[in-house]
Amino acid sequence: MDILNALVAILNFVVIPAASYGAQLALGALGVTLIYGILRFSNFAHGDTMAFGAALVILITWGLQSIGVSLGPLPTALLALPFGIALTAVFILGTDRVVYRFYRSKRSAPIILVMASVGVMFIMNGLTRLIIGVDEIRFDDGARFLITVQQFRAWTGLSEGLSLRVSQALTLVVTALACWALFRFLNRSRAGKAMRAYSDNEDLALLSGIDPERVVRLTWIIATALAVTAGTLYGLDKSFKVFNYFQILLPIFAAAIVGGLGNPLGAVAGGFIVAFSEVAVTYPWRKIATYLGFQPDGLLQLLSTEYKFAVSFVILIVVLLFRPTGLFRGKSV
Amino acid sequence: MSNTRQAEAVSPWRAPILFLILAALFLAEGSFRNALFSGSWNTALAILNMGLISAVMALGVNMQWGYAGLFNAGVVGFLALGGLAPVLVSTAPVQGAWAAGGPRVILALLVGLGTLVLAAQVWKRVSGLMRVPALIAVLVLGFVLYRWLFDPAVMAIEANNSARAGNIGGLGWPVLLSWPVGALFAAAAAWGVGKVALGLRSDYLAIATLGIGEIIVAVMRNEEWLSRGVKNVSGIPRPVPYELELQSSPDFVARAAEWGLSPAVASGIWVKLLYAGLFGAVLLGLILLAELALKSPWGRMMRAIRDNETAAEAMGKDVTRRHLQIFVIGSAVIGLAGAMMVTLDGLLSPNSFNPLRYTFLIWVMVIVGGSGNNWGAALGAILIWFLWIKAEVWGPEFMRLVTGPLPAGALRDHLLGSAPHMRFIALGVVLLLMLRFAPRGLVPEK
Repeated sequence: MDILNALVAILNFVVIPAASYGAQLALGALGVTLIYGILRFSNFAHGDTMAFGAALVILITWGLQSIGVSLGPLPTALLALPFGIALTAVFILGTDRVVYRFYRSKRSAPIILVMASVGVMFIMNGLTRLIIGVDEIRFDDGARFLITVQQFRAWTGLSEGLSLRVSQALTLVVTALACWALFRFLNRSRAGKAMRAYSDNEDLALLSGIDPERVVRLTWIIATALAVTAGTLYGLDKSFKVFNYFQILLPIFAAAIVGGLGNPLGAVAGGFIVAFSEVAVTYPWRKIATYLGFQPDGLLQLLSTEYKFAVSFVILIVVLLFRPTGLFRGKSV
Repeated sequence: MSNTRQAEAVSPWRAPILFLILAALFLAEGSFRNALFSGSWNTALAILNMGLISAVMALGVNMQWGYAGLFNAGVVGFLALGGLAPVLVSTAPVQGAWAAGGPRVILALLVGLGTLVLAAQVWKRVSGLMRVPALIAVLVLGFVLYRWLFDPAVMAIEANNSARAGNIGGLGWPVLLSWPVGALFAAAAAWGVGKVALGLRSDYLAIATLGIGEIIVAVMRNEEWLSRGVKNVSGIPRPVPYELELQSSPDFVARAAEWGLSPAVASGIWVKLLYAGLFGAVLLGLILLAELALKSPWGRMMRAIRDNETAAEAMGKDVTRRHLQIFVIGSAVIGLAGAMMVTLDGLLSPNSFNPLRYTFLIWVMVIVGGSGNNWGAALGAILIWFLWIKAEVWGPEFMRLVTGPLPAGALRDHLLGSAPHMRFIALGVVLLLMLRFAPRGLVPEK
């Protein structure tokens, strides 16, 4: 029995990776859920919005690096992020003007808007490939580790090590700040209240003099800011690859639905639920079982990592079966 | 659905004229040799064959979208599942694989399935406090038993001659038989997904199918005992003769000489023509069946449900059930196309199943061709497939033309190198333009 080492191992291999992945999913799911709440459709282009924004951030980062700007121990990408958000938001507002507004004014069925978002997804995917290519790109500079395994072992004298990467800590801090700002905005500010009113009852909001186009613009800008932040953090954490952002769409949708589509608080909770289940199910628990005094035969891995998407899918199915409005009561079924 | 469906009548000549234009494109591809066309009948027929298969896929998607307004975002998964059928049905049995763990794998899969059924029964029958614990107990026990049966069997099968086989192998039955089996595989998966996701919001089906699509492809990629994963299964038998056989037959060589063709070219063309006949027959048969079904009371009911679910429900139609029915049928057609595709390639390559290529391209085909119209979907499929393939040649040519005035340097090289990615942008633009300005497609629904 070695409970301390087991705890450290759980922290190192499960809790920290799942928390940072969960934060990235939460940011993505917040964007999906906001768009769903205001514009009332599932935005399939969201993954590629993340990729597009992250690609712009990488380009700006390279530009900054070439003129010698850096943030010391923090990645330069953090400095490039606001510019990336602004550029992507301009693009997304353009797509709203050219594509979505027409269907909105016609009050088309949501599924037509979903289809249109697939078209936007294609274009953004192509543009991302065009500007940055399909190769894997690492763009994290500055310090790599906040705590390294050796340091941790030296401090604690435990045989099990623990490491905390800068990108992981950064993800958690940035996500906490973004959520705080978002919820403050939604609950306190006039524009945020207008958004919530519009989401709750469109007609009533129109009657009380809320400008719908303004609300929609604001929604796109906020969702884009969240998406680009999520995309950049995901890229910093795991490296940037265009196709990965298409695959992350499923966990993001699962997170948004688990929390209840249209419910921002639910999206954050959903992100962490999906991430923790994914990591817990695909982690081989043998090491921890050994610390606890068992002698397992196998790896004690419930599913191999290639099937991590199956976890989001199963969570999605379970929620759809038992509670289609989500854990936090989102919009109608 | 958009409310422009019942718009003005369209000229009855529209579809025939468009099909003639399409035929002209293929004739040009076969006979002219210049910057735009290859001038090779082998190439033209190869594009046509895959176009015919795409048309079958488009028919399946059209049934789901055009008849019922269901968004299937996991076409690639149903296609891949259909593609598994030729491997399991018609490849030669692998020596020793069945003995190594065949029955045990089957038993494991049955246990897995049984667990799910039992869990559903427990949820239905048991009530009160014991419900959740009983459900969890069934699932956990079932999973442990499943893994206990499954893992050693898979290890044994994969260890069996792993360089050349390592999979369970097939039954060695005729390959044409595997086509309906592929349809059945896809239909079974569709039933499972549809049962859960239908009857809820329309986007939920899209998201759930997106998931099942990715999972099926992941299974094909990783379960080596089933599909050899990234090692691919090659040598899937053909329903038509091999080129080499033809070339060694004096009869055929003589007849090729009569036409003034070399045996190599003639055998290629003949084999592709046979495939085209086979695929064309399947396509026409499916269109015929679909048209008959659409004209029957059942078809009128489907359209009534699509156009106004509430009204149809008030008339006593079980909307969810009908949706499930059409979703399963459409997926079966997609599965059939998957089996046909793998037969044509003679190869199952799980890594090649890319959602952009096999889900969303098919969607563009249906939207461009005319959702709700079978002929339109088929036309759109063959046309878009032709353009998709030709864009590979035309894209770089076009880029060279555009970048001509630019000075030679990094920017020009980058633009030239990224021409292939332009295909995605073009596809997205086409989809958006069609959705907006011609939502009924090239050949609208009558």
